[in-house]
Amino acid sequence: MSNVVRVSGVTKSFKLGKIEVQALKGVDLRIDRGEYLSIMGPSGSGKSTLFNMIGGLDKPSTGKVFIDEVDIAQLDAYELAWLRCRKIGYIFQTFNIIQVMTALENVTLPMIFAGLANDAAVQKGMKLLEQVGLGDRHSHKPFEMSGGQQQRVAIARALANDPAIILADEPTGNLDLTTGEEIIALLKRMSQERGVTVISATHDFKMLNVSDRVVWIRDGRIDKIENREELSISIGRIGARE
Amino acid sequence: MPDRIFSDRTAASAPSNRLVVLPFGKSVEIAYKSIRVRFFRSLITTLSLVLAVSFLSFTDVSNDVANGMLASDSAGLRQALVRAGYDLGPEAKNVASSPKQRWILILSLLVCTVGIVNAQLMAVTERFREIGTMKCLGALDRFVLRLFILEAGMQGLVGSVAGALLGAVFALLAGGLRFGGAALQQVAMAHVGASIAAATGIGVALSLLGVLYPALVAARMQPVEAMRVET
Ligand SMILES: Nc1ncnc2c1ncn2[C@@H]1O[C@H](COP(=O)(O)OP(=O)(O)OP(=O)(O)O)[C@@H](O)[C@H]1O
Ligand SMILES: [Mg+2]
Repeated sequence: MSNVVRVSGVTKSFKLGKIEVQALKGVDLRIDRGEYLSIMGPSGSGKSTLFNMIGGLDKPSTGKVFIDEVDIAQLDAYELAWLRCRKIGYIFQTFNIIQVMTALENVTLPMIFAGLANDAAVQKGMKLLEQVGLGDRHSHKPFEMSGGQQQRVAIARALANDPAIILADEPTGNLDLTTGEEIIALLKRMSQERGVTVISATHDFKMLNVSDRVVWIRDGRIDKIENREELSISIGRIGARE
Repeated sequence: MPDRIFSDRTAASAPSNRLVVLPFGKSVEIAYKSIRVRFFRSLITTLSLVLAVSFLSFTDVSNDVANGMLASDSAGLRQALVRAGYDLGPEAKNVASSPKQRWILILSLLVCTVGIVNAQLMAVTERFREIGTMKCLGALDRFVLRLFILEAGMQGLVGSVAGALLGAVFALLAGGLRFGGAALQQVAMAHVGASIAAATGIGVALSLLGVLYPALVAARMQPVEAMRVET
């Protein structure tokens, strides 16, 4: 089976004045369709940078990223917008709900971009909001919602165009323990029910329980990749250490 | 570029092959709501425009009043104008703004445009994250551009109409107080209408001119840059 995401020899460096910071130092990664993958690592290890590369939000300095075996560096502005709109759903630590729009308007916006008629978008948007447990909140603005509720809206919005991939950068970073667990459970349920590939950068150990695979990165490189079976050992170790 | 890319979904659900869209009606709706939500800020942005346009319209309509009085061929009204300080030669058939008046007008419009640019740049900065989010959802540069221009156009239209009417009303009131009701009866309403329309047009044009650069900045922004900004 072909990989839904393939990262090949990706490096990324940022110039800060005269100094060059190498955020990624050569990353190779293959991600299967329907997989729930966590990218773990300490702060500053390059998780968000890798996230941006996979999501087509930034270009690698060298190396290539393939989505469905298409090199995204080859896409023009229109194709890239289409990729962001239809293929990938993004979830951020800061939720990034558009403040001036209601929950429903946030969820329908990507469907409008995708060319769906307004009525159809509203209908589907309501269904998605129900699925994330916010059916009665559709006309609320973000500032009237809690962080957990905003993140649910973000998940519904990310699923709007039935993407192949959900990319989540520290989705639980701004949430308390229980709310974080609920969000993780919701992501897992969506990935199972819809067969969406979930890729999530995090340093939240709660995420490990639901992950099919965990990629540990350290200092811009992949340290190790563990499958679900091997994980319990690591978790045991972490538990022992803390 | 292989054509089969993304074919699984395109074939099924998107007849408009791999093209993201934002219908015009929807753009107007989003722009309108955006203004309404940020009503106070929009008001501030528009206020300098209202003032400048009302000044323009006041000057023009005042001239219309004076010209109406001249056209009446009444010696009394002509005398009244001269007493009020209008520089009329014996053969003069109409009055126009003096070079100094025109200079002040141009300056006020210029200041107002700079004010709009400044306010719109701030609005763009405030909305970095919103713009970045939209781009992550698939918005093209021109969607963002269009939204900002529509917003500025709506604000400009409302502000200019308000300013032009305000200026005209004040000019007519002032004319009535200075020269009496008889003078106002001579005013050609068509001219006043034309002055109001011209002032409105100039106001809208300035408002669009002022938003052009900020809107381009917003539209060209890369989603990563936009997302990195802490709010
Ligand atoms: N735009 C940028 N300009 C300069 N340096 C950057 C930029 N983005 C990231 N970096 C650097 O790249 C490195 C990796 O950053 P990154 O944001 O990917 O880390 P992270 O693993 O996501 O960390 P965290 O867990 O804190 O979010 C850091 O050293 C950071 O300073
Ligand atoms: Mg990060």
